[in-house]
Amino acid sequence: MNATATTSLRETFCTFTLGDLFFGVEVLQVQEVIRHQRMTRVPLAPERIQGLMNLRGQIVTALDLGTRLGFARRSHDEAMNVVIRTPDGVVSLLVDEIGDVVEVNRQQFEPPPDTLQGVSRELIRGAYKLEGRLLLVLDIQKAINEAA
Amino acid sequence: MEQLDEIVKEFLVESYENLDQLDSDLLALEEVPDDLDRLASIFRTIHSIKGTSGFLAFPNLEKVTHVGENLLVPLRDGELRLTNEIADGLLAMVDAVRDILRQIESTGVEGEGEYADLLSRLEQLKDPGAAAPPITTDESSDFSDNPGDNDNAGGSEATIAPAATTEDTIAVAEHSSETAADFTALEATASLDGQSPSSNTADSSSEVAASESASPAPTPPQKPAPETQPTPVAKAVEPKRGSDEPDRSSHNLADSTVRLDVKLLDRLMNLVGELVLSRNQIIQFSRRIEDASITAACQRLNLITTELQEGVMKTRMQPIRNAWSKLPRVVRDLASSCGKQVEVVMEGAETELDKTILEAIKDPLTHIVRNSVDHGIESPDVRESNGKPKEGTLWLRAFHEGGQVNIEIVDDGGGINIARVKEKAISRGLVSEEQVEQMTERELTNLVLLPGFSTAAKVTNVSGRGVGMDVVKTNVEKIGGTLDIHSVPGKGTTLRIKIPLTLAIVPALIITSDGDRYAIPQVSLLELVRLEGDRAKREIETIHSVPVYRLRGNLLPLLYLNQELRTATFSPETKTSETVNIVVLQAEDRQFGLVVDEINDTQEIVVKPLCDQLQSISAYAGATIMGDGTVALILDVLGLARQGNVVTENHEKAISNAGFRSNDQGTRGHSVLIVDPGDGGRVAIPLSSVARLEEFDASRIEQVNHRPVVQYRGQIMPLVGVDGAPTYASGSSDLIHVVVHSRNGRDIGVLVGSILDIVTESNIDLASEERIIDGRVTQVVDLSRTLAHLALPDEFSAA
Repeated sequence: MNATATTSLRETFCTFTLGDLFFGVEVLQVQEVIRHQRMTRVPLAPERIQGLMNLRGQIVTALDLGTRLGFARRSHDEAMNVVIRTPDGVVSLLVDEIGDVVEVNRQQFEPPPDTLQGVSRELIRGAYKLEGRLLLVLDIQKAINEAA
Repeated sequence: MEQLDEIVKEFLVESYENLDQLDSDLLALEEVPDDLDRLASIFRTIHSIKGTSGFLAFPNLEKVTHVGENLLVPLRDGELRLTNEIADGLLAMVDAVRDILRQIESTGVEGEGEYADLLSRLEQLKDPGAAAPPITTDESSDFSDNPGDNDNAGGSEATIAPAATTEDTIAVAEHSSETAADFTALEATASLDGQSPSSNTADSSSEVAASESASPAPTPPQKPAPETQPTPVAKAVEPKRGSDEPDRSSHNLADSTVRLDVKLLDRLMNLVGELVLSRNQIIQFSRRIEDASITAACQRLNLITTELQEGVMKTRMQPIRNAWSKLPRVVRDLASSCGKQVEVVMEGAETELDKTILEAIKDPLTHIVRNSVDHGIESPDVRESNGKPKEGTLWLRAFHEGGQVNIEIVDDGGGINIARVKEKAISRGLVSEEQVEQMTERELTNLVLLPGFSTAAKVTNVSGRGVGMDVVKTNVEKIGGTLDIHSVPGKGTTLRIKIPLTLAIVPALIITSDGDRYAIPQVSLLELVRLEGDRAKREIETIHSVPVYRLRGNLLPLLYLNQELRTATFSPETKTSETVNIVVLQAEDRQFGLVVDEINDTQEIVVKPLCDQLQSISAYAGATIMGDGTVALILDVLGLARQGNVVTENHEKAISNAGFRSNDQGTRGHSVLIVDPGDGGRVAIPLSSVARLEEFDASRIEQVNHRPVVQYRGQIMPLVGVDGAPTYASGSSDLIHVVVHSRNGRDIGVLVGSILDIVTESNIDLASEERIIDGRVTQVVDLSRTLAHLALPDEFSAA
């Protein structure tokens, strides 16, 4: 995923909001964005696992990113799915709203300040200082894997 | 071709493929002579052909490949650089090999061909510095003349000392071989003796044409001067091979088989799985639409999908022989090292099962067989003194039964010494003395499957190294199988492995718990119990707040699925007022009841693995997609049982469930199914002849030749009465109850009025017609007998 970063200064992000946060995931990692789907809950599973859904015959695990970041659990009926390809398979992140695809300049990037602590510090790789707001870069691998 | 045995055939197919690869490898190598990977691959190919040909006793082939291999060694090790001459030599060798293979294919033997000159040439190439080795003419059918050299048809070409010239002729040689063959057959033998040392080979006995001279100068018959630079000739090899191809016998083995990457098959399998799901969905939709043409199309889709599924599954099926083939050798070696005599008898080696499963049982099988020889079969003198033949027998049996494969490893040895097992189990602290006293013989026998158990009095280098039967058991269970031991002291031991045919698509029971559907693989399903109204309250008792149910007099521990999954929104106490559905399941050797909200139906489901984050949850075996497109979790019965402490990992609390195994025909009674045939009477059907109990909607009954049938699991199942006569549902109820009897892989449905009960009766004589069961006169019907006359499908459709 760093291939684009090293070859050019520009990167493209798929953005979405979660609570009051504005996140971005490198666009090449995103398989698709879909509306809320019917989920099958998985009892006994870690809290961040929202359920399983049927994506054209493929069973995809949906992760509640909000829970992962420590937001209170909300109703997910309105949630959108950002379906992401990872080395371990396809997962879906439940987010509040889908934003635009934005192109950013690497020079706008800055790692998170030390005052950012806890889980968020692990999941947020840094921020792009866009005009008017900060685009937070999500560390997908960490977001998916075991709770910190 | 028919007379070729299986191994030779496989060898031919494999070798043809390898040779084609070899050609292109060699040509590529000419471009990049230093490609060590390619060289290594070429070497391996030749080496494996050599190895196999030695094994199959094809000395000529072995010789040729051996020399070729010798030449490849310095190449591979970098001591020699690939030149055009060497490449030509190797290509000639490949052609020779191909020729021999063709001979083998058509005649079964190698043929007369001698490849002496090729050999010497290869030798020489390997050691260019040394004096030219002996050269011979080769008159064999393989090497005659240059393609253009028709007038020289009878002439075997000369082989001439200097390397560069020699191979040119040979490399191009084989084309006119057919014509040359007749003339040369005779000389071939002669030429062998005629080998002269060093730089010449005047094979005097050769015919005129073969006036090869010792000198580097080419002999007249050789039109293309052997002295010509090798390069053009090397090129000539190519087209010649091409033209050679059509000459091959039309029934070339390589044409009738295709080698496939297993990955491709896996992908196909997955796609078929998807198709099965889509089919289920479409059929579900079509039921809502009352349109004859849609229904017809769906039925066709249904049939085709089922056939496709079977076909694709078949591609992954392999005979169990593949897993067995090495066992006789294992047994032989082991027996001779133990000073025993053992004969291996295989039955049902054709039985097929999925490749993945086949791989998975290879090791457990070997382990069991080693155990049987080492511990089971006695030494010859002991056997003799026990009145048995000196030579012990080990049977390997495999057969299909109820969608599963049974594999039995039977020996006629001493059997398992129960007393020693008891003693050992107690001394190892695996069970307590009180527990042992309560155990049945069968349970005691199965103690050897516990971890940390080994009865071998002395540790041999064969078995008893601490890796015990428990590992075997774990491995078998990993693929959804079960392992059971039955032993008769002094007579022998039987180990029975039951494994599913395939792992990808399994029949499952769909249940609902707290609004979610779950699938339970039918392999672990024993029966369903439904308690209505008061009965639920009365019959579910508690032992210190642990719920149990008396199932035919034995205590069945109950697990509430909603509690196990922690989805429960209310406690079981409040629940007991409603109807209780108990799914009786088998986990290892225990039975337990799983209480669920609702029992839906049975379905073929496609098992899909769960993502990494969920794999650690032992309660699930995977997930599947239901007909309506939603995802359902597949419950892992063993995992649930462990979680609910029904089966404890350390086996300390081995609760004896004596008399519990319902279909154990051994020392215990028979279980019989009591049904009302529809006339208010009582009929007892031995459970052993009952495959399943089903309910169908009466509207699903269709007719073929005035006989009622119903579509069932992709097959057409005839419906009959308990007496075997075709029959329709009596009464006007919408649901019909069917007892499914399975024979030779076909199901026959026995239509009954209602299912009454299952009881275990000791000493039911299946031959007797009537007896009193539960205080009422009951007719005993042996389905395998009453249905014996019943037409199986062929007759059925023809009638």
